[in-house]
Amino acid sequence: MADTAGKTLLYPEDLKYVKSHEYIRVEGDSVVIGVTSFAADQLGDVTYVELPKVGANFKKEDKFGVIESVKSVSDLYMPVSGLVTAVNDRLSSEPELVNLDCYTEGWMIKVTLANPSELEAALSAEQYKQLASE
Amino acid sequence: MTTAQLKQTPLASAHTQLGARMVDFAGWFMPVQYRSIVTEHNAVRTKVGIFDVSHMGEFWIQGSGATEFLQQMVANDVTRLTAPNTALYTQMCNDEGGTVDDLIVYRLDSGYMLVVNASNIEKDWKWLSSHATRSTNVKMTNISDQTALLALQGPAAVNLLASLAGDHIKDIPSFHYGDGLIDGIKAAWGRTGYTGEDGFEIFVDIDKVEALWNTLLEKGQPAGIEPCGLGARDTLRLEATLPLYGHELDDTTGPLEAGLGWSVKLDKGDFIGSTVLRNQKENGLPKQMVCLRTDGRALPRQGYSVYNGDTKIGTVTSGSQGIFVGYPIACAFVPPEFAKVGTKLAVEIRESKVAAEVVKRPFYKRP
Repeated sequence: MADTAGKTLLYPEDLKYVKSHEYIRVEGDSVVIGVTSFAADQLGDVTYVELPKVGANFKKEDKFGVIESVKSVSDLYMPVSGLVTAVNDRLSSEPELVNLDCYTEGWMIKVTLANPSELEAALSAEQYKQLASE
Repeated sequence: MTTAQLKQTPLASAHTQLGARMVDFAGWFMPVQYRSIVTEHNAVRTKVGIFDVSHMGEFWIQGSGATEFLQQMVANDVTRLTAPNTALYTQMCNDEGGTVDDLIVYRLDSGYMLVVNASNIEKDWKWLSSHATRSTNVKMTNISDQTALLALQGPAAVNLLASLAGDHIKDIPSFHYGDGLIDGIKAAWGRTGYTGEDGFEIFVDIDKVEALWNTLLEKGQPAGIEPCGLGARDTLRLEATLPLYGHELDDTTGPLEAGLGWSVKLDKGDFIGSTVLRNQKENGLPKQMVCLRTDGRALPRQGYSVYNGDTKIGTVTSGSQGIFVGYPIACAFVPPEFAKVGTKLAVEIRESKVAAEVVKRPFYKRP
C-alpha cells in the first residue's frame, strides 16, 4: 500500500463544504463530490471506497456510499440532491487516492443538481475550516 | 472520561510533540498513530519501528513458594525456565478454562517477573492475590508504575540495539533476556515482541525512558526508524496471528480454542483450568479459532458474522487489511468442523456475504 503520511490539511477556496465532511465543486449545473482532507486525515489509510452506480438518484443527506480505512468505516452522505452522472472508478483499485489527493484524483461522484438552491446552505472554506478545527 | 483522567506514560508529551494522534486505550492516553498506520506497519516489516508500551503491567513474584504458585496459576510449565535469563509465553486460566490474561513470565535471579496486559492489571493483581493467600512464601510486588517498556521491532532492530548496547546482545536467543547499558542508560531487554519481527522489548525506569526513546529514535534515523502507535501494533500482531486479549482470548475463551496449544502443558500436573482444558483436548473443542482471508477490498471487522452457506457459524474477533500481505484478513471462532485449511466460508460485511477461506496460520511469517 502507498505511503500516505505527512499530508497537510487544505480547504480550497473555490469549493463548498458540508458538516458531514464532503466537499462540492460546482461545474455549471453539475457538482463533483468527495471527502475533505480533514475527513481523509481522520480516517487514516483508506482501503476501500464503495460508490453508487451511474443513474442513481439521491436526496440531500442520503447515504451514497461507504469509506473504509484500516482503522474505521464511515458512511458517505449526499451534500446535495441529484442524479449521479459519473463515478470515479479508479477508487476501486486505488482507494489511497482519497488520502493522497482528495480534491482532484480522489473525487468520488459527479451529480446533476436537482435543486441548485441547496448550494446556498453549504459552508465556505473559511466556515468549514473553523468547523474542522473545533 | 476526559483526557485529564486518563493515565499517561512518561512519554505522553513526547508523543504529542511527534504529532501522534492520541486515544483512550483501556484508560491510558496512548498514541494510535504518528504518521500513518501503513507507514508504521511497513517500517516494522522492512526496517525498524519503536513502540511505547509502558502501559503494560509488571509484577514480581518472589519467595520460596513462587515456582509452585505460578505452576498453579499459568498453563505453561515455568519449571522449564531452568536457565537464567529465560522467559516464556503463557496464559492464566480461570476454573472454567477461560482466560484471565495472557502474559510473559521472566525468570529473575530470585523469583519471576510477569508482564501482563494494561487492560488487565487490576484484574490480574486481584486474581493472583486471591490465590496467593492459599500458598505460603509468595511475595507479590506491582512494579507497573515504576517500569517503562519500549518495543524495538523489525529486521534492523537487533543491529540498532547492538550499536548502543554491545554486539553481545546479538547472541541472545528468542525468549531470553539480558541487561546492561544502552548508550549509558541502565535497562533490561528481552528478545520478544508482538509484531512477528525480530527485536527486543526494553524495560527501563520511568525517569530514564524519555532519554532512551530519544536516543533510539535519533540513532535509528539511518536505518529508517519510525515511531509506531497502537494502530500498527494491532495490524502487525494480527498479520503475525498473535492473540489479543479481549479478542481471541477472554474469560470464556481458552488457549486451546485460540490455537495456543503449544504453550499449554497439560502433562505438568494440575493447574487452574486444567480439568476443563484436558476435557477439551480429549473430547473436542467447543469452538476453534481460524485465520480467514476474505475476497475484495471491504474489511472483515470485529463482531461481523461468519457463515457457512446461509447458516451463521461464528464471529470475527479481529479483522483488518493485511497491510504487508496485501489482502483483508481476520481471526474468527467457528465450530471445529469448519476449521480445516481450505474451508470456504463467508463473512457478512454490511449486508453482503463476502467469500472467505480458512488459511494457514500465521498470515505472515518473517523470512
